[in-house]
Amino acid sequence: MSEHEIRLTVNGVAHDVRVPARRLLSDCLRHDLGLTGTHVGCEHGVCGACTVLLDGRPVRSCLLLAVAAEGHEITTVEGLASDEQLSPVQQAFQDCHGLQCGFCTPGFLTTITAGLRANPGPTEAEAREMVAGNLCRCTGYQNIVAAVLRAADLTRSCNSGPPDAAEGCTIGEGTGAS
Amino acid sequence: MKPPPFDYSRPSSVDEALSVLASLGADAKVLAGGQSLVPLLSMRLAAPHHLVDINRLASLAYVRSDADAVRVGAIARHADVEADAEAARVQPLLRRALRLVAHPTIRNRGTTVGSLAHADPAAEMPAVLSVLGGTVRLAATAGTREVAAADFFAGPLESALRPGELAVEAVFPAAPPRSGSAVEEVARRHGDYAVCGVCAVVTLDDDRHIASVRAGYVSVAPTPLVLDLSDAVRGRAYDAALDAVRDAVDVEPEADIHATADYRRHLAGVLTVRAVQAAARDAAAREAAA
Repeated sequence: MSEHEIRLTVNGVAHDVRVPARRLLSDCLRHDLGLTGTHVGCEHGVCGACTVLLDGRPVRSCLLLAVAAEGHEITTVEGLASDEQLSPVQQAFQDCHGLQCGFCTPGFLTTITAGLRANPGPTEAEAREMVAGNLCRCTGYQNIVAAVLRAADLTRSCNSGPPDAAEGCTIGEGTGAS
Repeated sequence: MKPPPFDYSRPSSVDEALSVLASLGADAKVLAGGQSLVPLLSMRLAAPHHLVDINRLASLAYVRSDADAVRVGAIARHADVEADAEAARVQPLLRRALRLVAHPTIRNRGTTVGSLAHADPAAEMPAVLSVLGGTVRLAATAGTREVAAADFFAGPLESALRPGELAVEAVFPAAPPRSGSAVEEVARRHGDYAVCGVCAVVTLDDDRHIASVRAGYVSVAPTPLVLDLSDAVRGRAYDAALDAVRDAVDVEPEADIHATADYRRHLAGVLTVRAVQAAARDAAAREAAA
């Protein structure tokens, strides 16, 4: 069993860590780096709770080896807000009551953050498709879909208004913030 | 739900990868996107001694299209192939089928060639390669060989890949003039593996009658089954041809926890007719646009 010294860049911060080859990225984030915002549900790629952004694209961190993530920019849910300011997607989840127990929420937030970058003005059907790969056992999804649409509105008003005009104006880039 | 221990190497060139694979032989397993392999490891259904991660082989990240074919390199992600406008123009079935492969998040990491090498008869890409009569290029230190889809898929999760070989490219032939394609499938939930799926390719004759039909099947046989249904349509008017297609779908699926054999057989017939209808419409639309 091989061990590897790797440098992971998470939310713009470089971390040097020694991991066995078999360490999943989800476990590395949680156990080795203490970033427990990324939640682990099914551990075989079905539930979407562990979704993080790899170079800006959503991926399942439970289906990625930590050693294979070296050299990529990783964004976790901890990287979406800046300081005390919620990102538009986070603000929209609060506004729309898009979460109940919160277990699945980190995966939704990362998925939607990337989804709105690819499609800033989704229809309701596109919003539904955007979150189709994430499971939630509490909400029944209606408020999550509403939150996607609300987040799109918040992002638009942030981008068009003056910088200090609205709340929730941090676009959840995360990486490079520090 | 953690993978068993293994050794890991991450070659930075194709030559280095091939020599590592040659030295390890049957002990090695290639890691591309890992969207099928990592769950197999975590569920301890596979326990290779050594993973050879090919994700640094940037020279294999391509999607290249010309008049003859769409060529997909070993680490081109499903999402890259799906988004490639030229690939969608040269062979429209690719994008149509890729949209049914799991969820976008999985397609961001999973690779098209890896899906072929995994040889799951419940996956879409093996059926697409098979119905199109495509090939897979396999490289080893001794040289490369091209294997036709019909010879590549040997059984469930079994391919013609030998120890020491790396699947470096898949070749999806271009859609010929006057042809159309479609994919239809039924899954229990959005993004799940299909209970049954059908990829159909039809060509039209001078009078815009259906001249030939090929259908490739998902989750119906141990390997991606392809049926040539051209005899059923030849010389028949459209509606009669569709009835004949349905009768000609002679498949022997297995039962499992998701569906009985009879239900799968029923789906195969119904979905084939739907796919042939949609493919015929596609052919007519492409012809009109040409």
